[in-house]
Amino acid sequence: MTDAVPNSYRTQPDERGHFGDFGGRYVAETLMPNILALEQAYDEARKDPAFTDQFEDLLEHYVGRPSPLYFAERLTEALGGAQVWFKRDELNHTGAHKINNCIGQILLAIRMGKTRIIAETGAGQHGVATATVCARFGLPCVVYMGAEDVRRQSPNVFRMKLLGAEIVPVTSGRGTLKDAMNEALRDWVANVDDTFYIIGTAAGPHPYPAMVRDFQSVIGTEARAQMHKRVGRLPDLLVACIGGGSNALGLFHPFLDDADVKMLGVEAAGLGLDGDQHAASLTGGAPGILHGNKTFLLQDEDGQITEGHSISAGLDYPGIGPEHAWLKDIGRVEYTAVTDDEALEAFQLLCRTEGIIPALEPSHAIAAVAKRAKEMDKDAIILANLCGRGDKDIFTVAEKLGVEI
Amino acid sequence: MNNTNRIARAFAKPHPALVCFVTAGDGDTAANLDALVEGGADVIELGMPFTDPMADGPAIQAANIRALKAGTTTADVLTIANEFRERHPDVPLVLMGYANPMVRRGPEWFAQEAAGAGVDGVICVDIPPEEDSALGPALREQGIAPIRLATPTTDDFRLPTVIEGSEGFLYYVSVAGITGKQSAAQDSIDAAVKRLKAATDLPVAVGFGVRTPEQAGAIAKVADGVVVGSALVDLVAEHGADAPAHLRDLTARLAKAVHSAERAAA
Repeated sequence: MTDAVPNSYRTQPDERGHFGDFGGRYVAETLMPNILALEQAYDEARKDPAFTDQFEDLLEHYVGRPSPLYFAERLTEALGGAQVWFKRDELNHTGAHKINNCIGQILLAIRMGKTRIIAETGAGQHGVATATVCARFGLPCVVYMGAEDVRRQSPNVFRMKLLGAEIVPVTSGRGTLKDAMNEALRDWVANVDDTFYIIGTAAGPHPYPAMVRDFQSVIGTEARAQMHKRVGRLPDLLVACIGGGSNALGLFHPFLDDADVKMLGVEAAGLGLDGDQHAASLTGGAPGILHGNKTFLLQDEDGQITEGHSISAGLDYPGIGPEHAWLKDIGRVEYTAVTDDEALEAFQLLCRTEGIIPALEPSHAIAAVAKRAKEMDKDAIILANLCGRGDKDIFTVAEKLGVEI
Repeated sequence: MNNTNRIARAFAKPHPALVCFVTAGDGDTAANLDALVEGGADVIELGMPFTDPMADGPAIQAANIRALKAGTTTADVLTIANEFRERHPDVPLVLMGYANPMVRRGPEWFAQEAAGAGVDGVICVDIPPEEDSALGPALREQGIAPIRLATPTTDDFRLPTVIEGSEGFLYYVSVAGITGKQSAAQDSIDAAVKRLKAATDLPVAVGFGVRTPEQAGAIAKVADGVVVGSALVDLVAEHGADAPAHLRDLTARLAKAVHSAERAAA
């Protein structure tokens, strides 16, 4: 993966899947041969024009790409600072950025001759996207979902069932995303021959973090070209929310070598960073090893994984993609966190100023945008990724606002 | 005494070795460990509890949760090991667990503390040879054997990578799956052990899915050791404070089957 550009931030990981000190392949021996075969298959696929042609064709005609680049005029006025632009990935088929990655991975699964798909899901967006591509390509799909999340996200559970997926509620641990990932890994270990595991974020053992980033980089690649075309220059600041970090990397990665473009990743501060009721692995965690990679984790002094909290089920994960850990380490990307309340306020602000109901995940990014825009000049440009729409969240929001629907 | 010698001597006995696993902090661990030794276990595997035991089935997952709920810390695990070493100076003791609790304070810290507690070997489920540098060098520096796992998916091409840097014994995971669920066909175990023994001089112990004296005895005909875990952990779950008597009984029956197995001609 080395190339000729000196001092490039875009050449990670190394051949062992390491992003600086982070990343790697920390999996049980049973999975190692599979992980190595996946790496080789992905390496061949990405260099094969037939594979990339099919990927791009599906993104255009099935997902609906390119997604629009939108100037949020009334939000900009309301904030009274920098221009705010959105990359509208919430307009994708299935309503979030997750589908970009699922298209890439299912094409790879088919190419590898795998006949069964498994996935983990938290809020259900990745589960829905996986169930969608499985229906599209006629492959059986098993989705592991924490029992608590099954309860919190019943509309998405029904969507997945309509699409033909089998949902397995996971009761181990606290029954949330990390437990679903444990259970998916257990399934995979027991079914290595025929099963492909579609991981939903830029985390897990190599090559997943790099592969998911590459599939999601369509977001940033489009945005870069659209910015040039619309305003003739690149934005001053990119903003995206981070759970595992795939939508943020998808936006950031194509801009990493543009020295004048600053970047801000926004984690979920939940009830606040003071206590343990947050999901901010980078701003409130420490390096460790979980789910196949070394990265920042929410954990206690003995290395036991602690469970975070966020109003957004999609950000409620105690780890983060290893490339973010590296980007934080070298200082290329700045990371911050916003609370449940701030996200809820930003959610309502966008509804009323732009007529867009955002998911609670990008509402965190919007909250950070609101703070930064006010501190920046009026001719400055902020580009934020609107990575998902909020239909799935209206029940959570109603409950928080004390409204019965 | 040199640590690797304790493991080597257990496998140099005139009979195959019985390796018994329980989770640290699950029930009265000291009494449970004593019962395993009294029953005839040749090597003790002590599980380090972890919140996310990805390679374990329901029995050992539940044991991990019980141990953590009881407040078991890394310091407690080391104390259990240290006190075991004082009571049983000759019985090899191996820690088995996951990477994060082992590297949390740095691999050197963990290796030093484990060596000080009389630990002879460490099995880390989620550190494959490719990531050996995360823990292996620190263990070797302290004379602790890094014990690696080979599985049905470890093909001939990959096997040398797994063996390189392995010490103590080679742990053959007989099923492609998680602990305690399904069992492998005896034929496949015979063939796999033969393949592994042709590739290494290390003793080969077989585990995952071994629950009964009959299974253990059949495996002992071809392997140098047999590992039993979930069946013992189930007894701890079922009997709580009364577990030691039950552990002693099952271990004695397993030991009888393993120790009396007629070894197949090499």
